[in-house]
Amino acid sequence: MLSRVAQRVYWLGRYMERLENTARLINVNTNLLLDLPRGTNLGWSTLLDITGSHEEFERKQVKEEEINIIRFLVSDLSNSISIMSSLNKARENGRTTREIIPTEAWELINDLYFYVKENAAKSVARKNRQRLLRHIIQHSQQFTGVLTGTMSHTSAYDFIRLGRNLERADMTTRIIDVGTVNLVTNPKNSAGKGDSLEPFINILWMSVLQSLSAYQMYRQHVQDRVNGEDVVMFTLQDGEFPRSVFSCLAQIKVCLRGLPKGKAALHALALVEERIIDANLPEILEQGKLHDFIDDVQLDIASLHEAVARSWFLPV
Amino acid sequence: MRIVWKNYHPGEFYDELISSPGRARKPAQVLIKYLRSLKSEELRERKASAELAIKTMGITFTVYSEGENIDRDWPFDIIPRIIPQSEWRNTEKGLIQRLRALNCFIDDVYNRQQIFKDNVIPRKLLEKSKNFRPQCVGMKPAYGVWAHICGSDLVRDKDGQFYVLEDNLRVPSGVSYMLENRVVTKRVLPELFENYDILPVTDYPSQLFDTLAAISPRKVEYPEVVVLTPGIYNSAYFEHSYLAQRMGAELVEGGDLVVEKDIVYMRTINGLSRVDVIYRRVDDLFLDPNVFNPDSLLGVRGLMQAWLKGNVGLANAPGAGVADDKVVYTFVPKMIKYYLDEEPILPNVPSYLCMNKTERDHVLANLDKLVVKPANESGGYGMMIGPQASKKEREEFARRIKADPRNYMAQPLISLSTAPILTNAGAEPRHVDLRPFSLQGKDSCVTAGGLTRVALTKGSYVVNSSQGGGSKDTWIVADED
Repeated sequence: MLSRVAQRVYWLGRYMERLENTARLINVNTNLLLDLPRGTNLGWSTLLDITGSHEEFERKQVKEEEINIIRFLVSDLSNSISIMSSLNKARENGRTTREIIPTEAWELINDLYFYVKENAAKSVARKNRQRLLRHIIQHSQQFTGVLTGTMSHTSAYDFIRLGRNLERADMTTRIIDVGTVNLVTNPKNSAGKGDSLEPFINILWMSVLQSLSAYQMYRQHVQDRVNGEDVVMFTLQDGEFPRSVFSCLAQIKVCLRGLPKGKAALHALALVEERIIDANLPEILEQGKLHDFIDDVQLDIASLHEAVARSWFLPV
Repeated sequence: MRIVWKNYHPGEFYDELISSPGRARKPAQVLIKYLRSLKSEELRERKASAELAIKTMGITFTVYSEGENIDRDWPFDIIPRIIPQSEWRNTEKGLIQRLRALNCFIDDVYNRQQIFKDNVIPRKLLEKSKNFRPQCVGMKPAYGVWAHICGSDLVRDKDGQFYVLEDNLRVPSGVSYMLENRVVTKRVLPELFENYDILPVTDYPSQLFDTLAAISPRKVEYPEVVVLTPGIYNSAYFEHSYLAQRMGAELVEGGDLVVEKDIVYMRTINGLSRVDVIYRRVDDLFLDPNVFNPDSLLGVRGLMQAWLKGNVGLANAPGAGVADDKVVYTFVPKMIKYYLDEEPILPNVPSYLCMNKTERDHVLANLDKLVVKPANESGGYGMMIGPQASKKEREEFARRIKADPRNYMAQPLISLSTAPILTNAGAEPRHVDLRPFSLQGKDSCVTAGGLTRVALTKGSYVVNSSQGGGSKDTWIVADED
């Protein structure tokens, strides 16, 4: 398998996962804000924090309000992480690996591309938004399903899964990070608007879980009421929930073991795996060091990506 | 949009399907009758389903405009063009003959240069040839073949005769659209396939693969054949990827290949893996920065040396474009006689060479009647259609011709034949040409038909997809006794 092709299907996996996550994030946030009292300081800019696109948004010099942020995250092609940008890149990577991926999977991406392109503009309004976002989420899931059902488990398949799980792990850490910045620091902050969030802590943690499609599984797993400590442990360390960071890493391990010359990447993986497993999360939370911890995990994930690129992709 | 054939007037032009208003040519009779039977709604439905098929199958071409690359859906008209097999057999022979002669010529140019010594073609042609590559002198590729793939442009004049307008020997494109057009037509008009014996076109990718595999320097059972593309922003990228997929070959870009000790390898996840044959869709000058354009990022350093040493097959061979020159074109009938000792089966369009004084004077005196073409442009760029040009444009071309006569030739304006396309008004005639693809390696063959390109704008002669052209499926049908 060509290095270039490995690189393209890897990114195909990443972009498809990214756009699904972004769609879910916007959807959950839309619902969440309906439940919060007007005037809380938690707002749409949280989405910019999670996606790491605050600076890029500021460059647009438009008001930081719902419509502008949604447009920026859904359809703005100048925003490199908008759904449309991810879809563009996913389609480009799909188009350029058509000889490798199942035709049905390619046609799915292509359909989704035309659908979003046609509907994105009018879906900024709340009433149409959900339909668009659900369509995107369902089609991304269908994409994963088609691959599972029809693609031989060759190296190409491994690279797609690798990309998907790496992206997923990364996104999970981002969501936890922003969730905890808002939730853990704010209520303890006795002065200012943070106080007003106190009664809503529960639904805020729920929304973190929902952003990861984790609420239902969490409830089955954790008997206690939704609380920060359990949410953080569940989304980082749970061994059964497929979107927890630990599970993503386990999936990545399976892929890496199936590939030739995987030593360097497996080594990078071991580092981040160890950090997750060994972490005493209640203590880290207690000390208010979760943000630093997540930072370290994200750096580990970035090194893992670099090890993958060095082992198999074209030299830059 | 119901079609009333009595209202269809091709005028003075030869029409591919209709001989006179209301009368279909014999091989088209079933088709015409069938189309007449379709109600407006049915016609619209078929048209829409063709467009949908093209969209979901992702059949696109890329247009570069205003600094951006835009992927457009392939414009397609559902009414096929029909050519009787009896006529096609002869055309096919003519194309094979032509490509054989062209390959003899290229091989001669880079080796003995006998044709110049015998004064059949003036040697000075070489001096100003943009596509002559001195680096290739002395090279002897397998079977003496330099141009393995040739796309010829055929046009029909008022007399109904096919003429060769040009031979594309560098990196001709369009064959994937020919193949996809057939797939779309089968989806849209399946009933017709029961009533016609239409020669299939689907075996082209395997013929191409066999042609390429045959020039592998290593005699192994499964030579590694790759398609080298300039990349995703190239206008023909769709085709590159399509052909790679159909041949089961890797699609590579320059960065995927590396030459070590004059052997070509590709970078894979397992490390370096040897390449035997490259079907390159990158122009000569970008192939190898060591030898040609030093800034090229599309090519592979050391590729030419590997080829010259005989360690890799290249199709088409570098330098093959020396015969893909509108001035050299005018000598093809002479080449056929000289190398093959045969009479040309397919005529050239009569041409005037501006390098000869008498012909140049004729051209300059008749600029308003002639089509003037530069020797080395393709895609319809840089030419002037005299009857449609302004006085200012004609004066500009007169100046250019006088400044560089070797670079120009002129031809009378061929009244391209027409074929019906589906419009809101029913059916209307539009001008068409035909691009068949010929292969030559160990053996020769020609596609059954080719890509029919159609100028979608009324009265227009420009069929290039980059300039508003579309296409049709082309059927070679068995004659009924």
